Amino acid sequence: MNGILYGNKLKTAGLIVGILIALIIMVLSVVLGYTNTSLKQAIEAYTAFNGSNEHLIIQLSRVPRSLVGMAVGISLGIAGVLMQALTRNPIASPDIFGVNAGAGFFIVFGVTFLGVSSIQQFMWIGFLGAAVAAGLAYALGSAGQGGLTPVKLTLAGAVMAALFASLTQGMLVTNEKALDEVLFWLAGSVEGRKLSMLVAVLPALVIAWVISLLLSRQLNAFALGEDVAISLGQKTVVFKLAAALMVIILAGGSVAIAGPISFIGIVVPHFARYLVGNDHRWIVPYSAIIGGIMLVVADIGARYIIMPEEAPVGVVTALIGTPFFIYIVRKGIFQK
Amino acid sequence: MAVITTSNLTLAYGKEPIIDELNLQIPKGKITVLIGSNGCGKSTLLRSMARLLNPKGGHVLLNGKDVAKRSTKQVAKELAILPQGPIAPEGLTVLQLVKQGRFPYQSWLQQWSREDEEAVMNALDATNLLPFMETPVDSLSGGQRQRAWIAMTLAQGTETILLDEPTTYLDMTHQIEILDLLFELNEKEKRTIVMVLHDLNLACRYAHHIVAIQDKTVYAQGAPEEIMNEQLVEDVFQMASSVIPDPVFGTPMCIPYGKGRVVRHVNTPQYA
Repeated sequence: MNGILYGNKLKTAGLIVGILIALIIMVLSVVLGYTNTSLKQAIEAYTAFNGSNEHLIIQLSRVPRSLVGMAVGISLGIAGVLMQALTRNPIASPDIFGVNAGAGFFIVFGVTFLGVSSIQQFMWIGFLGAAVAAGLAYALGSAGQGGLTPVKLTLAGAVMAALFASLTQGMLVTNEKALDEVLFWLAGSVEGRKLSMLVAVLPALVIAWVISLLLSRQLNAFALGEDVAISLGQKTVVFKLAAALMVIILAGGSVAIAGPISFIGIVVPHFARYLVGNDHRWIVPYSAIIGGIMLVVADIGARYIIMPEEAPVGVVTALIGTPFFIYIVRKGIFQK
Repeated sequence: MAVITTSNLTLAYGKEPIIDELNLQIPKGKITVLIGSNGCGKSTLLRSMARLLNPKGGHVLLNGKDVAKRSTKQVAKELAILPQGPIAPEGLTVLQLVKQGRFPYQSWLQQWSREDEEAVMNALDATNLLPFMETPVDSLSGGQRQRAWIAMTLAQGTETILLDEPTTYLDMTHQIEILDLLFELNEKEKRTIVMVLHDLNLACRYAHHIVAIQDKTVYAQGAPEEIMNEQLVEDVFQMASSVIPDPVFGTPMCIPYGKGRVVRHVNTPQYA
């Protein structure tokens, strides 16, 4: 499969178009919503700020959520590619394998019992939770006869996802104050995030984006199976650790800002492969951009489906993702 | 001269060793075939020679140097292994697969070179896969698919190629096709081939050197004509048989005893 974008020129052009679409979507995300604003107002909010309601909404709400949505979408898209390549499993993603749920649980635990409130603390606790969940899923998936197999890892990941989700719920049921604070966050949302929150996490995310791009050639070799990768001279232990660390940073950081948002990580890499084929040097950047676009679009949708209220964006991504998930399963990938 | 040497090599997955204190030399420029019953450790031995498995004790030397202590990328330029039943990612094309063979020659600074391109084209040519360059590996027939993987190891440009049961699951025609390909690579390019085969008759036909593994060590090794006999088959495979010269090729041929129809009895020729 070469993907529908054949040849490097077409793929480069596609990438540029993708970036343009992402920029347009971000502008739309700033302009559209319950309080209708125009592009002119959006620009004036920064060039000629007059303290009006619209200008305040644009500066304090719309622009931050647009940027947060893009950053989180990029991160989840890349995390999905890394996990699918790492586990050689087409349904691997931070949400399916419990990495998001682990980060979510640790953060709720921090809020409930440790009085954690700053985004910096959220981030580090999110990293820790993501690492613990990923480590547990890996250990559980490797236990028993035959070592680590894709099916066992998937089951172990699903168990982790369920475990951490129910632990989180149990904690919230017994603690109503915490419930109010974290419920909307927990459903996955980019609304009400301050720019300073993004600024706190962004450096870690950007470093992980760059390293993931640099790892893309290694992903191609690893995709042939671990034995072949070793034969080709890959240091597979170093590679796996590096890739897993990137997943933890990307997923943990995303959860810290936006809560556990599902389905972006699983759907986006498949869409990218459909466009550009099997070469991870293209799949990684395409997944980044598609992930960003998809999350920002979902966030715009979240403003409209139950107007004047807002739905959590995680609900919208699930609405988009579920039919796609069924499509992947029906395609029979699991028969292999 | 030996290309691979094992010294006091001990291999194990758990506590119980599979290969115990083995000293073995693989001759350079020859086709060597490892034979033995299921689970005797021949695949394990092959994997350890290619650093896919770390020894519990002893060393594997490649061209005189300890494999475990060398840069894995450097080893990848001298030795390639094709594991048993490799699976290509869905939709990966033959060309994409074979290009991966150039992995050890690339880095972030050194991108695709003219030399890489030549190596890939030569590998596709040698395996008769040029017409299938853009075909997904998973839609090829079994024989073609195995050729595609062999092409990848060829593109790796190594002097030594290890193959773990390269003919398993192939029909007779394609088994011969793969073995002929390996035979030619050895004849024309003097590449050292080491492989695990289950078919004793084909092993005897294509190998210069046979290594029979039994009871965690080497039972016998040497040219097929010299070592293959009924006693070996009995000891290594726990099976009664007649070993006679192949009436067409003259290489040893093993006829297993068992049930089944008997049409006529003949006087079988014997090795002296």
